[in-house]
Amino acid sequence: MGRVAFTHVSKRFGDTVAVDDLTLQIADAEFFVLLGPSGCGKSTALRMVAGLEDPSDGLIEIGDRVVNRIEPKDRDVAMVFQSYALYPHLTVRRNIEFPLRTRDVDRKTRKELVGKAADALGLGTLLDRKPAQLSGGQRQRVALARAIVRRPAVFLMDEPLSNLDAQLRVQTRSELVSLQRDLETTVLYVTHDQVEAMTMGHRIAVMSNGVLQQVGVPQEVYDKPASRFVAQFIGTPPMNVFRVENRTDLVGVRPEDLTIDPDGPWPATVFLVESLGHERHVHCHTPSGDDVVVRQAGMTVSPEAGAEVHLNAAAGAVHHFDAETGLRNDGA
Amino acid sequence: MARKGKHKRVPKRLPRRRLRDALIGYALLLPSIAVFGVFVFYPFAKDIQLPFYEQPESFGAIHRTARYVGWTQWRSVFTSSEFRNTLLVTLRFTVLTVPAGIALGLLLAVVAHQKMRGITVFRTVFSSTVATSVAVASLIFFSLVNPVTGLWRVRVGGVSLLESPRWALISVAAVTIWQSLGLSFIVMSAGLQTIPDDLLEAARVDGATPRRVFWQITLPLLTPTLFFAFVVGSISSFQAFAQVDLLTSGGPLNKTRTLTYDIFDAAINKGDQNRAAASAIGLFVIVLVLTIVQLRLERRVRYVR
Ligand SMILES: Nc1ncnc2c1ncn2[C@@H]1O[C@H](COP(=O)(O)OP(=O)(O)OP(=O)(O)O)[C@@H](O)[C@H]1O
Ligand SMILES: [Mg+2]
Repeated sequence: MGRVAFTHVSKRFGDTVAVDDLTLQIADAEFFVLLGPSGCGKSTALRMVAGLEDPSDGLIEIGDRVVNRIEPKDRDVAMVFQSYALYPHLTVRRNIEFPLRTRDVDRKTRKELVGKAADALGLGTLLDRKPAQLSGGQRQRVALARAIVRRPAVFLMDEPLSNLDAQLRVQTRSELVSLQRDLETTVLYVTHDQVEAMTMGHRIAVMSNGVLQQVGVPQEVYDKPASRFVAQFIGTPPMNVFRVENRTDLVGVRPEDLTIDPDGPWPATVFLVESLGHERHVHCHTPSGDDVVVRQAGMTVSPEAGAEVHLNAAAGAVHHFDAETGLRNDGA
Repeated sequence: MARKGKHKRVPKRLPRRRLRDALIGYALLLPSIAVFGVFVFYPFAKDIQLPFYEQPESFGAIHRTARYVGWTQWRSVFTSSEFRNTLLVTLRFTVLTVPAGIALGLLLAVVAHQKMRGITVFRTVFSSTVATSVAVASLIFFSLVNPVTGLWRVRVGGVSLLESPRWALISVAAVTIWQSLGLSFIVMSAGLQTIPDDLLEAARVDGATPRRVFWQITLPLLTPTLFFAFVVGSISSFQAFAQVDLLTSGGPLNKTRTLTYDIFDAAINKGDQNRAAASAIGLFVIVLVLTIVQLRLERRVRYVR
């Protein structure tokens, strides 16, 4: 029932193509993450599901209905905004209650549902406060409570963690995952943070410039990136992509897969060694003029800056991308 | 050590320079002080003084100088049925103009706030009356309802709108609302723009109809603006003069004799500046109270985000 489908959906704002021919299916009860850099069109895609933007082309379905012509209020979705969008003149209780009041839920049921949602998010003692009297983390919880209070078919979340500090973000991440597991409701989650995507999503979709690049389970996207863009967007430090002698395409190797090996095929010159305590990043120039990073365990003996070295990688860890299109090239 | 010494020396070393700075400062302020003195401070002081004296002319040619009468004249002005009538008319006028002006301005602002093609044309039209003065607006209305040549030769009970005791004040109020609509529209539009879009979007996704969004989100969040418009509108209604002077001169049967018009009439037409001064202080107190209320309550009606 909470299935969401985009079929050839595009959205143009004047000359800007925010979403370009997006076709995507999200299964019921799936935690689905839309991932991409700023301005890639992920919010626009989400807002089209909410009904806050009309697609220029294509169909959007929720459950078994085409919702293109359906008002946001009738779509049976709930949304958590990046800003939380709490109603500042209403108490926490009234904020959480709002989606119930608009649907004329009776008083007794309202009380019960608000209590449940507040308990689920630990807001019991804050119900009579106004949003201005809450911390960022508490506001975020109120926004979540307001979303879950009425069991909608789909939750839409637009970077809900981006206003939290790093520590709270990690904590809330896991809480969101278990909340979704308990509610068994479809979540469409938008973020530019690849760690959030990798850790939370059942499946992730990577977008760039309005175009869908790849859809898959996180490990698969990590292990077999469909394009140079995906390869370099996911993983820190990003995958090394460099030119080598006698090949027209590009070679991609993740920093942790690259080793310094006197018998390796790729010569390089070390120019910087960074130590992070538990690991080291050895930065090198290749003869072709590309910069690559080798990630080593903290215990390893690293070369000095200026050293001439050779690099190597296991066959399975080497990816190839077309130099022109950037697409994955497995045939070669 | 060096620091301490410096601190101590500052006042000692510089009296001459300070004096010079002060002189230059006052010299620069002089033009405004002079203008304010002549047109604001002196008249204000005089206005408080005048009601303590009785108009010399009222005693014929014998008393050329004004006679000190203490608080008697204050009392006689504020307890007179004329003053009470003026106050009542002014209140009625305020009640007629302020809420309707705000409501209409808000209505237009909500319409113009839509994302629609060509909406800027409407915005320009809606705010256009800002470029019109009350006097011009009054004259336009006056010629519209002119009993001989006007386009609206509406007659009620055998007389024109502005001659009807029943309709005169309503007509003056209508002109006032129309003339101030541009400003009201602009103020309300500015208010609407302070409401974050995502709140309205959240409400829509939360199941609210446009009507509910307006009454339960937009309007409450607009309280500071509404309050501001209410106070400023009341003050300007209490000071309404030109439209009364041009359209009805306080008539018929004093039904449009507002406070400001009465002050003008007493001082200029009847030549009794002393009584007029007392009324003016009355008006001043009312406006002062409104202003204080505005300043005091403004912070309370503001929502912190
Ligand atoms: N209302 C609008 N009018 C015009 N252009 C818009 C509008 N909304 C979005 N865009 C454009 O569409 C593109 C995609 O915007 P969108 O907000 O979907 O990006 P995003 O991926 O959510 O980025 P971010 O991570 O910064 O939120 C951008 O180029 C943006 O400038
Ligand atoms: Mg966004």
